[in-house]
Amino acid sequence: MEASRNLRTGLLAGGIALAMLALGFAAVPLYRIFCQVTGFGGTTQIASEADAVLAERFARSAGTRPISIRFDASTARDLPWSFRPVQITDRVQIGERDLAFYTARNDGDRPITGVASFNVSPASTGKYFHKVQCFCFTEQTLQPGEEVRMPVLFYVDPAILDDENARNVEQITLSYTFHEALEPAAGTSGPAAGGALRSQQAS
Amino acid sequence: MATTADAFQAHGDVPAHSHADDKPGFFARWFMSTNHKDIGTLYLMFAVFAGLVGGAISGIMRAELADPGIQYLGWWVSLMGGEASLSANLHMWNVLITAHGLIMVFFMVMPAMIGGFGNWFVPLMIGAPDMAFPRMNNVSFWLTFVGFMSLMFSLFVPGDISGALGAGTGWTLYAPLSTDIGSPGPAVDFAIFALHLAGAGSILGATNFITTIFNMRAPGMTLHKMPLFVWSVLVTAFLLLLALPVLAAAITMVLTDRNFGTTFFEPAGGGDPVLYQHLFWFFGHPEVYIMILPGFGMISQIVATFSRKPVFGYLGMAYAMVAIGVIGFVVWAHHMYTVGLDVNTKMYFTAATMIIAVPTGVKIFSWIATMWGGSLEFKSPMVWALGFIFLFTIGGVTGVVLANGGIDDALHDTYYVVAHFHYVLSMGAVFSIFAGWYYWYGKMFGRMHSEFLAHLHFWMFFIGVNITFFPMHFLGMNGMPRRIPDYPTYFQYWNNVASVGYMVIAASLIPFIANIIYAHTVGRRAPANYWGEGATTLEWTLSSPPPYHQFETLPVIEDHHSYHDHMPRDPGVATPART
Repeated sequence: MEASRNLRTGLLAGGIALAMLALGFAAVPLYRIFCQVTGFGGTTQIASEADAVLAERFARSAGTRPISIRFDASTARDLPWSFRPVQITDRVQIGERDLAFYTARNDGDRPITGVASFNVSPASTGKYFHKVQCFCFTEQTLQPGEEVRMPVLFYVDPAILDDENARNVEQITLSYTFHEALEPAAGTSGPAAGGALRSQQAS
Repeated sequence: MATTADAFQAHGDVPAHSHADDKPGFFARWFMSTNHKDIGTLYLMFAVFAGLVGGAISGIMRAELADPGIQYLGWWVSLMGGEASLSANLHMWNVLITAHGLIMVFFMVMPAMIGGFGNWFVPLMIGAPDMAFPRMNNVSFWLTFVGFMSLMFSLFVPGDISGALGAGTGWTLYAPLSTDIGSPGPAVDFAIFALHLAGAGSILGATNFITTIFNMRAPGMTLHKMPLFVWSVLVTAFLLLLALPVLAAAITMVLTDRNFGTTFFEPAGGGDPVLYQHLFWFFGHPEVYIMILPGFGMISQIVATFSRKPVFGYLGMAYAMVAIGVIGFVVWAHHMYTVGLDVNTKMYFTAATMIIAVPTGVKIFSWIATMWGGSLEFKSPMVWALGFIFLFTIGGVTGVVLANGGIDDALHDTYYVVAHFHYVLSMGAVFSIFAGWYYWYGKMFGRMHSEFLAHLHFWMFFIGVNITFFPMHFLGMNGMPRRIPDYPTYFQYWNNVASVGYMVIAASLIPFIANIIYAHTVGRRAPANYWGEGATTLEWTLSSPPPYHQFETLPVIEDHHSYHDHMPRDPGVATPART
């Protein structure tokens, strides 16, 4: 019958709309995975100790060229921290591990937990920038006036030399921005990533 | 029982007092309407009203921009009950551009094209008695209406950090300006709610159109015999169905970020504001085609009618619209070249965007080819259509310029962009709406407009929009950013010219309104087919206005009918010209 045929077509169209709605929300995890996998927008990679040893061994045997790393630090508008890199630039051999330090001091009068967002520039080097250890993997809580040195252990993957869009890069800028963590500062440090919900804060 | 279109005509018009013309009382007819023509009329009246509101807002903007410095914003802040200060004035500016953009996109162009002309003429052109879901059609309109109310309400509640009134986010509602970081007050919640309501109305409308067009075509009306306007609405409906839910998802996430502590777009909680831009433009780019495709359809009907020729390359025209719709979904990031995309991504989006110029070019050249060798008549709908083709092409050319990722780095967010999208919308979409308005006015309302006033309206509007928007190309290329109320004196000259142009546009509304009054006072009664042999679609087989319930016996499209000839073969009526 005409009416049931219309109903079927209408429901089908409604189903398409609902599917697109679901896809809109699914875009959030999909985009995160896309960035992590492809290094899109300069998203850096996480490497294990074993990966780092392999890359280092390769670098020594192949005699890769050196590359300059520039360190950048900034803070969100309302975060009363002094946050800066200890060294402005470092020169490392591609594949070799490097340990760099940042310092952060809480200039506020209350304990503050911060969490860092980060990427590298140029964006095409994101998938070759591997961090073995980083203060940005966890939240950092600083007492009033407290100053800490925070390490980042990283290497540049020798595979960068095979990528025509990245192999001529002479300097990679590693950038961090500290935000105030949105959970109330409970412990000294906790997992930063993944927490989608936060409690309301009066600010 | 079905009868053929030929036999249908032999029956003549439905007698005025048959039950086909029984109309319900005033309240039931206009507030509980399920009649596609009445709902179409409601949509058109709503669009005219919203267009006047949105146009008045741009008048405030052009007055402010006529000279450097801030002249009028403080006065408006005081009028709204606020205290004029620099930040309050600047916020007022943001509120004005936001309201202008949202009103024109969601409450003027979309209701006029899809809700108005779509509702009126899709059922008539395919030989259907009404839309597939008449009650849902009513729901669509009133959702749009209360969406507009919600947007108006947002002007009277606090918006920005200092508590100044209204949502000042731009029509794009970018995070974090639209989250509680940039706009803590409830105004943005109401603006988002307005988009939810209007979006829901449009999705229901799209469902309705798809079902109507797929299931309710008259016997023999195959997809490849459908008028191009129906094709355009079909493609538009699919774009709505695929794009609007993504906007709904994105603004819902903004809403929960604002109110329920989520961090979808907040870096401090692991979110990414750039993701909002991706989601918004995944909707936003198809949206610009949603606003122009029904216009393409109307222009095709009108050019064919007044050339007394079938449209050139019918199948190419239909599938060019399909191609524009499909490609429209894979070019969104050309709105965000400056967010830090790498060169390969920009290269892809540049190339994909330029490909859209191919099906668009097919359409422009086919319209010209339709006119070539035709028996042209420069009636008012035709001059609006010619204006459309000319000005839309200019907007298309600047679009190809902006498609280049490298050039856009310099022109992004300048007045060049403002000039571009006003050439395709304020001239493209609006010229096609006025073309459709004069083409179908007598058909819809039963009285003929004045051709003189319609031509006067055209020339004033044509001159006005060009004086207003063409100088914006110069301003943009010289680096004037958009979304600012004040500027260096260096930019004064062309801004002043643009504001003069606005006054010409505003004055052109006088013949527009006068024409409506003319039609319903001294305008002659419209015959069934007042454009003559060039008008060959089914709505011209009916009286003007059509009976309240049309096609009680379905017309049949027979083998001898082509896409440009749905008229019955009647010895008394000349056969439409064929070439």
